[in-house]
Amino acid sequence: MLAAPSPLRALAQGLHERGRVGWRVLKLGALVVALALSPSAWRPPWRAPLAAQLVRAALPLLPWFTLLAAIVSLVIIRIVLVTAQSYGLSVYALEMVVRVLVLELIPLTAAFAVALRVTVPMAAELARMRHDGRLAQRQALGVDTLRAEVAPRALAGVFCVLLLAAVSSLVALMLAYLLAHGFTPFALARYTRLVGHVFDPVLSLIFVLKTGALALAVSVVPIGSALHARDDDLTGLELQGLVRMFVVVLAIEVAALAGNYL
Amino acid sequence: MAEPVLPPPPEAPAPAVEAAALERRAGALLLLLAALVLASVLYVLYARGSFEPTQRLVLIAEDSEGVSVGMDVTFSGFPIGRVRRTELADDGNVRILVDVPRKDARWLRTSSVFTMSRGLVGGTTIKAYSGILTDPPLPDGAERKVLAGDATAEIPRLMSAARELLANLTQLTAPDAALAGTLEHLQRSTARLDEQLAGKRGALGALLGDDAPQVAATLARTQQLLARLDGLAQRTDGLVQRTDGLVQRTDGVIARADGQLLGEQGLVGDAQATVRQLNQLLGEARQSLSKVDGLLQDAQAVAANARVASADLGALRAEVDASLRKVEQLVNDLNRRWPFQRDPELKLP
Repeated sequence: MLAAPSPLRALAQGLHERGRVGWRVLKLGALVVALALSPSAWRPPWRAPLAAQLVRAALPLLPWFTLLAAIVSLVIIRIVLVTAQSYGLSVYALEMVVRVLVLELIPLTAAFAVALRVTVPMAAELARMRHDGRLAQRQALGVDTLRAEVAPRALAGVFCVLLLAAVSSLVALMLAYLLAHGFTPFALARYTRLVGHVFDPVLSLIFVLKTGALALAVSVVPIGSALHARDDDLTGLELQGLVRMFVVVLAIEVAALAGNYL
Repeated sequence: MAEPVLPPPPEAPAPAVEAAALERRAGALLLLLAALVLASVLYVLYARGSFEPTQRLVLIAEDSEGVSVGMDVTFSGFPIGRVRRTELADDGNVRILVDVPRKDARWLRTSSVFTMSRGLVGGTTIKAYSGILTDPPLPDGAERKVLAGDATAEIPRLMSAARELLANLTQLTAPDAALAGTLEHLQRSTARLDEQLAGKRGALGALLGDDAPQVAATLARTQQLLARLDGLAQRTDGLVQRTDGLVQRTDGVIARADGQLLGEQGLVGDAQATVRQLNQLLGEARQSLSKVDGLLQDAQAVAANARVASADLGALRAEVDASLRKVEQLVNDLNRRWPFQRDPELKLP
């Protein structure tokens, strides 16, 4: 009978395993970015699987998410405007709405929506393929699985987050204007000035970096976990991927907040 | 875990038509994202005034607290400029560099005043005031001082003033303060006044005390004096009535004199007729004088003729003299030749 491993040893093994998976995920992220930037990934024969994954990921989610974002934005904008008015601070209400919604809430919401509806199911797909041995089989047949299966899914996730964030931000900005000023074009100059005031260069840079990092994190971390963690338990694998993704998203959010407001 | 919600992955190689359609859709989605991102970037750049031609305005303040890059400079509540930079000048003042779009620069004049105020709520605001919009426009790169008005800076001063006021009030209302003593005196005086008013002499007694009888006597005498003054006034009335009669008579005299002077047969009419006659006489005299002038001219002509005639007379006399001398010579010759003496006297005409 084998002796049970000591707790210290188990902890060291766990840490080692996490470090290994983390490193692999990081490498996968770098590979995906490199592939996205290399034109060969957008040419045949790799264009077809990429296009298929992009359409499969973005098209069903776009209308629903836009509608949802519009409803949530409407409620939040209304609450902020009415509250600010009751305190006599309506001058600052619109600026606050733009900051809270466009800069903070919408990218995070888009990232979580894409993670739950697109990348986590895609990661589960890949995990099953890996578990069944189909991935190894195709690799043995000489198919570049990174380009054919993994990178299109990850890039589709990234693209999906960016698209949803852009569309919902636009909708939120338009709703904020309409709720604050009504159907009139005469406040457009002032509103444009306010938007310009909010989006100063530092904040814009942090916003772009944060959105890009969130998109990459919710796409690469679940897929990387599915590919590189131990595949003895599929459900545990998905859970591990989710937890890792949450931790990374949290870290990105904290870093962005620190950059914006410290 | 939840079932995957995605459509099934494309396991089998898709037909070429379907693949082309997929690629088209993917391309459209990519294009949409690219357009959105590009539009957002351009909009933010436009909103930050990157495409507007601007002119520079330098505001000089003592303190840059609350001034941030990107904040607005307002005119009548409308933003007309943005703070681009703040820097510390060599003399220790703060230079706030403001970019004013050229289309809004017309609100800034050489006489414009700039203020920086910090409210209790909200940030610092820089405002421009242009009283005279017909003044010349503010040139590019102009430097202006900012007048600082700080609402929060007023609070300590206000607090100290309020504290001073409260201390003064406390002093005034203290039991041993002058005000309390004054009030006590006032109370006592009121009580005495009440007593006096209730007494025999009434209010006068209360006011004057022991001098009240003298004042009463003075009042009686004043009454007598007033009665006499009344009589005097009546007599003056009579006098005034007589003066009235006199004035009426004088009016009659003046009316008569008026009639004599200015009436139809008045002195003024006669004088006017005399003046007219005098005018006529003067005209006639003028005519006579002009005739005299003609006479004088004639006389002058006569005198000139006489002068010429007298010159001719001289020549005639000389000729007569010469003829006489010849006649004398002739007579002498005759006498000498004529043998009988006769009276040789010749009588000249």
